[in-house]
Amino acid sequence: MSEEQKFSRRTLLFKLGILINTIVAVIVAVPVVGYLLSPLLKTDRYLSWISLGDIGDFPEGQTRLAGFRSPFGSAWDGATDETACWVRRIQGNQFQVFAVDCAHLGCPVRWFPQSELFMCPCHGGVYYADGSRAAGPPPRGLFEYPWKVQGGKLMIQAGQLPTLSTRA
Amino acid sequence: MTWLRNIANWLDSRLGLWAPVRDMATHRVPRRSASFFYVFGSAAFVLFILQIVTGILLAFVYVPTGADAWNSLQALNHGVWLGWFLRAIHGWGADFMVAVVLLHLCQVFLFGAYKFPRELNWVIGVCLLLLTLGMAFTGQVLRFDQDAYWGLGIGASIVGRVPFVGAVLVHLLLGGPMINGATLSRFFTLHVFVIPALLIGLVGLHLLLVLKLGINEWPMPGRVVRRETYLREYEEELRKDSIPFVPDAIWKDMVFAAAIVLAVMACAALFGPFGPRGIPDPTIIQTVPQPDFFFLWLYALLALLPPQMETPVLLVAPIFVIGAFLLLPFVAGEGEKSWRRRPVAVLSMLLIAVSLASLTSLANRTPWSPVMDAWSGDPVPRPDLQGRSPLELRGALVFQDEQCRNCHSLGGVGGQRGPALDAVATTLTQDQLIRQVLQGGGNMPAYGKNLTPPEVTALVAFLETLHPVGELPARNASQKEMENAAPLPPQSVR
Repeated sequence: MSEEQKFSRRTLLFKLGILINTIVAVIVAVPVVGYLLSPLLKTDRYLSWISLGDIGDFPEGQTRLAGFRSPFGSAWDGATDETACWVRRIQGNQFQVFAVDCAHLGCPVRWFPQSELFMCPCHGGVYYADGSRAAGPPPRGLFEYPWKVQGGKLMIQAGQLPTLSTRA
Repeated sequence: MTWLRNIANWLDSRLGLWAPVRDMATHRVPRRSASFFYVFGSAAFVLFILQIVTGILLAFVYVPTGADAWNSLQALNHGVWLGWFLRAIHGWGADFMVAVVLLHLCQVFLFGAYKFPRELNWVIGVCLLLLTLGMAFTGQVLRFDQDAYWGLGIGASIVGRVPFVGAVLVHLLLGGPMINGATLSRFFTLHVFVIPALLIGLVGLHLLLVLKLGINEWPMPGRVVRRETYLREYEEELRKDSIPFVPDAIWKDMVFAAAIVLAVMACAALFGPFGPRGIPDPTIIQTVPQPDFFFLWLYALLALLPPQMETPVLLVAPIFVIGAFLLLPFVAGEGEKSWRRRPVAVLSMLLIAVSLASLTSLANRTPWSPVMDAWSGDPVPRPDLQGRSPLELRGALVFQDEQCRNCHSLGGVGGQRGPALDAVATTLTQDQLIRQVLQGGGNMPAYGKNLTPPEVTALVAFLETLHPVGELPARNASQKEMENAAPLPPQSVR
């Protein structure tokens, strides 16, 4: 290829074409990437205060299964927006609200009132009544939701699946 | 039939496809490579086509929404004519495809086919294996039942362990803060569009490279691969001792592929479709989630690893394992191809295969899981109760009522998480039993807070009766002294 051909009008136009299309590709990519990243909101945007019902529903000294509906669901979610949690009423207005998701790998833990233990069916994680780790592979105790009593209702702050990096 | 020929000629004079297709089909392969050991790749390809066809057919009915996916699978199973059979073929086809892809990998590895000049095709093959496993996992999610729901929870828990960006990854994986319709939609997109598109593209490239570089010759001990000479030697072999792929070699591929497809159909007809099991309602917590067959080994591994090793193994090991697979042809790109001269390769493969098989078989028994209903469902064996004092019988009741049985078996029945207690009295003295019950340890919870002192006394009295007939329970020196001394007044007993 001679020097002349290298810098001919055609090669200039060809390179211009590549340049223009690169710019257009970037312009298209920005909203595409933004759309793909849309599930990423700040964690606190995924939290909301939800009522678990009258505190009278939870007898003192007992741990009971309660449920709430996720505030960030869609109309087509069906039952998957329902979430279970364990409510322990220690006494009076003192509560602990645990996520059912095992801190190990998220299987649902079950409460055994006789031995006062939570047991996980998957890999054998066991927790005490206060949610602390008793045995098995979990790296920590059960996840706890922040709670408050408001107008005779037990409220918890919830909305996202608890994992080791997303709080309950 | 001249009119048919005329139409074909008319088409080919415009398309010009006949000559290249014929050349491709009749390309020459080494005669000894036309073996039944070389049929796994084509069988995997045929299974992939079967999966595409059945997948498209299922998509006619399947509804990928959180609310209705499970119902549409029930409709497929029970309402749509032969819907159950299509689901069964797709499910069994998936299992067979993973199995055949793994066989293909083993064959290629043992026959040294990844060596020069086929390194790139090995790398593509590793990607195809990962994508196939990706299809298996996303497909399990589309069967939107309890297992799928909690399986996603496990996936989220694993990515949640990534430092710094764990929360970001969890929300990206789930398509939001929770497992719900948004999660199913994105797994549907991955399973139906993204991964299949990648698979189709890479399978095409994989085949193109086989054509371009030629199928691996039959490895002979002593015939060493060298970059300088290999291509010439391969051409030499093709010239001296080769046959056309069509029709001389392909019939073995056709026989095997047909047998595999028939096996899929037979399994589908005999065993039916996989699930769906319970509805994906997270408030139903009476469930024991289990992954599909090909991830059972991982399920077992996660139960057996020491807890402090889990996060490193989950996050770092895949990088090393996949890295080792990808680097293999660049590290061992030359040398012996024959498995007879590669003992390390053969032993490594056997080790991996035996490990995966053992873990899978363990995951079918889950000895590490408490048996959630053993305490109420499995009675104490009668010999352990006969001729016992009221205190010991009370102890047996405490043993059942406090869910000890969920982790400890008696007479071979009950949980296996803790040791079987049929002969516990011969290994632990009374003091050791009390300490173990109160303080736990060795992966047992402490019962000190949950049991009253009389319950502990009764429980230990029962445990002390658990020894084989004619074998004395374990004693320590102080215990003998205590028994010889005057008994303590009852109020001083705790």
